[in-house]
Amino acid sequence: MNWTSFDTWIVVVGALCALACALPGCFLVLRKMSMMGDAISHAVLPGLAIAFLVTGTRASVPMFLGAAIAGLLTALFTQWIMRFGNVDRGAAMGIVFTTLFAVGLLLIRRAADHVDLDPGCVLYGAIELTPLDTVSVGGLDIPRAALVNGGVLLANLLVLTLLYKELKLSSFDPDLADTLGYSSQFLHYLLMTLVAVTTVAAFESVGSIIVIAMLIVPPATALLLTHRLLPMLLLSAAAAVLAAVTGHLGAIVVPRWFGFESTTSSGMIALASGLIFLLAWLFSPSQGIVARRFRRALDPPPLSNTETETT
Amino acid sequence: MHTESLSGQAVFPAKHTEPRPEHPPEVPLAIHDLTVAYHRKPVLWDIELNIPEGKLVGIVGPNGAGKSTLLKACLDLVPRTSGWAHIYGVPYRKARHRVAYVPQRESVDWDFPVNALDVVAMGAYRRLGWFRRVNKTETKRAMEALDQVGIAHLAHRQISQLSGGQQQRVFLARALMQDADLYLMDEPFAAVDAATEQAIVDLLRRLSGEGKTCLVVHHDLATVTSYFDWIVLINMRIVAAGPTAETFSRENLQKTYGGKLSLLEKAAEALRSTPR
Amino acid sequence: MPDFSDIFEVLLLQNYNTRLVVLSTTLLGIAAGLVGSFLLLRKRSLMGDALSHATLPGIAIAFAVMVSFGGEGKSLPALLLGATISGVAGIATMLLIRNTTKLRDDVAMGFVLSVFFGVGVASLRMVQDIPGASAAGLESFIYGKTAAMVASDFLLIALVAGAASLLSLLFLKEFLILCFDDGYAASQGWPTLFLDILLLGLVTAVTVIGLQAVGLILVIAFLITPPTAARFWTQRLLPMLLISAFIGGVSGWLGASLSALTPQLPAGAVIVLVAAVLFLVSLFFAPERGVLPRFLNQAALRRKEDRQHFLRAAYEIVEEQASGGSVANRSFPFEALLAKRSWSPHQLRRILRVARREDHLEPTPPGRLRLSEPGFGEAARVTRNHRLWETYLIQYADVAPSHVDRDADMVEHILGAELVRELEAKLVGALPDLSVPPSPHPFPSPSA
Repeated sequence: MNWTSFDTWIVVVGALCALACALPGCFLVLRKMSMMGDAISHAVLPGLAIAFLVTGTRASVPMFLGAAIAGLLTALFTQWIMRFGNVDRGAAMGIVFTTLFAVGLLLIRRAADHVDLDPGCVLYGAIELTPLDTVSVGGLDIPRAALVNGGVLLANLLVLTLLYKELKLSSFDPDLADTLGYSSQFLHYLLMTLVAVTTVAAFESVGSIIVIAMLIVPPATALLLTHRLLPMLLLSAAAAVLAAVTGHLGAIVVPRWFGFESTTSSGMIALASGLIFLLAWLFSPSQGIVARRFRRALDPPPLSNTETETT
Repeated sequence: MHTESLSGQAVFPAKHTEPRPEHPPEVPLAIHDLTVAYHRKPVLWDIELNIPEGKLVGIVGPNGAGKSTLLKACLDLVPRTSGWAHIYGVPYRKARHRVAYVPQRESVDWDFPVNALDVVAMGAYRRLGWFRRVNKTETKRAMEALDQVGIAHLAHRQISQLSGGQQQRVFLARALMQDADLYLMDEPFAAVDAATEQAIVDLLRRLSGEGKTCLVVHHDLATVTSYFDWIVLINMRIVAAGPTAETFSRENLQKTYGGKLSLLEKAAEALRSTPR
Repeated sequence: MPDFSDIFEVLLLQNYNTRLVVLSTTLLGIAAGLVGSFLLLRKRSLMGDALSHATLPGIAIAFAVMVSFGGEGKSLPALLLGATISGVAGIATMLLIRNTTKLRDDVAMGFVLSVFFGVGVASLRMVQDIPGASAAGLESFIYGKTAAMVASDFLLIALVAGAASLLSLLFLKEFLILCFDDGYAASQGWPTLFLDILLLGLVTAVTVIGLQAVGLILVIAFLITPPTAARFWTQRLLPMLLISAFIGGVSGWLGASLSALTPQLPAGAVIVLVAAVLFLVSLFFAPERGVLPRFLNQAALRRKEDRQHFLRAAYEIVEEQASGGSVANRSFPFEALLAKRSWSPHQLRRILRVARREDHLEPTPPGRLRLSEPGFGEAARVTRNHRLWETYLIQYADVAPSHVDRDADMVEHILGAELVRELEAKLVGALPDLSVPPSPHPFPSPSA
């Protein structure tokens, strides 16, 4: 195996992207809206296509805007169908994102005559190619994807730091948030905007697979390891970075075991995050399957609900 | 008739500048013409209610009578079909700082990764406002609130590891943090142990001793007379409201619960057992 | 542009090239509409989402296995078998996460969806490098490749879709009880685990055959959109199933035909869009639960209520003026009426305009109001009905809330003349028909 600066950049881009996703992902998971990440990431396709058809270029800014708007519209449409149609959230989400995805496919097929906008790249991305497209910053050639995802990560960090308390409150008890004057509706759409922007930034470079995996899997892993919100955010960040590093390593090493040449890093990063989840699932000190078996075998007094009952 | 020739503008003053009749600021909760409907089903009908200050008020009625909805409608949490609710003479959004709300325990996810102290500190969020974080002073006050409900030693425990009674106390402590004048509590006595129930009653008494007003949705007819100064009997509309001694009568209960004999017997027993 | 004869040829299945495609997507739509209905009622619509993504690794691995045994690797049944196996593994993982951790359904689904799909993408990329075997067509399972369908593929799809439809109709009652209340079903001795597995098995079957036709992302729409649309048309299960199957079938038939007529339009996307249009039509216009009929209904109800509230308020004002004496029609100030309820002056003026059109009001000097003779009669009638209704609610407080409609005017229809007379007797003793009983409120209203 020969590790090059190429590989380093791939890992850096993957890690930045995973970090940017994991932070808003924690709140998605806590709000029981994990599938919203899935819906948004599929539904941005028409946004990309329309931006491309209108401007005629693959310049990032219009593409970014178009996709972010499409993502936000997914959240809006889902909410409307739920409210006005009295439809279950899952079904509303499913209808919205499949429809938008279909619209996107048609638009891309129409645009296919002019230039290649491969729907496949939306799904798998091309993380291997990101180090080729660099921007010179202070004499150093930095991949554009690293800058974009780093910027989004900073934005997410900023919003979460400023509104940590508000997001915590409205995720735990939206009614109380409303009675205290923090509009839970506003915070919901703010979070959706973050998810949409993060998803879109991650697209071009790493594809939507990583996005969904990174939005959901590291937070779920962290939730199995801790009972507090701040540690959960930190642990999911750690799990995200770990997945990016091991995922890319796996992409280089694993195919050889089966006699293949290579594979895509984004798929392997998703797999790595799944394996990290598996480890937490089995071996979490507090909630892991093994720990619980072990405790049951030792048969200690159960964590009591009555011992501390005082007046 | 001559109706065609008379426009609305001609008959009535074009502009109605007089302010709406607002209730005097000493009435903690005044409700006028309140109707709430979910889809087409009405839940509350034509509610008229004035809650006097400093009283410990029980809201009593059968299941589905709209007790919780009444509280939520006062807090703008459910849309009203008609009518208004004024808190100390003004709409709720102008009186947030004077109200604390204790929702039903099942309304939140107790697996949420926070501990008891975090939840209680949420009671200070309105005071803090946007962006500012929970500071040392508020943390100290949260500890004191937990101490007042007798579970200061559980401050750092994750909330899913608390018993039902302890979870209810966490909610009460959170309401205490809000430092309000009007407390709206939705079934605080539901599924709690006897010790917690007593602790809650003591706390309510203390609050009303300090001149605070407490509105408590309550289920257990047997304890109504011993807990509350004032009661509101409700079954989609107000059946009766007034001091417990006068209002908690067999006749009124029958109007509230209908012919449910077992319930009425229980109530009669309660009436007999309370010294008048 | 295709001309009319082309259009009819395709729609009526006379064109050999498109016949198989259109028929198979139609059958697929019917089957998905039926199976998806249960999924919707079980509130697991997105299960199809996770499941369809989870099939991808199976396809890649099945291909690799076939190639390594010297095959060509493109046998559809074998690829679909691989898809089924990995789909089932996905479901198993989902259920395992849900049952052994505190994580919820949504997280379990998101996990399976993303990780399995990630593995699928990674293995797809690997097998593409296999020398001498072309894996190029495999990616079409993601977006669907309807055009490339041969007779044996059609037979497989028709067989599976038919079987899934038949089974879901056969187990109608069992699935209904499972979806409505699984706890109760279990307590009644129904094998809920078996039924759940059967249902998920049917979903898997439909998803897998849908992969070939519309691709794994758009097959999700087939499972979700028709049932959700059907839900707006009816409140009962069997009609819902049939409508859902119909919508699914029509989407498949129309969508595939349209795409056959215009080259470049991928069938899967067109089918989904047809289904989405049908959904929108249902959402807005379905008479039972559509948005527009509900809105109109509510507006009408509101007007009716306003009318009744106005008449009752006016009557009560006059009644208060009479202070116990016989109630006679007199004039009263606008403000008195305004204070009765929570109308804004603007609202009240609108209500009064309507009342004037109905001849319920007499011309009066500004600021004062007076009911007309017919208006007074109507006000007395409305007030009487309302009070009777309220008395009924009080007398039968335990049963009344279950059939409360806001419409006190219906008091005679709902309760019957017999009961109304009895209630009247309770309130005031024997009285002539149109007299108004006293208010049953035991306490004075604050506005008095």
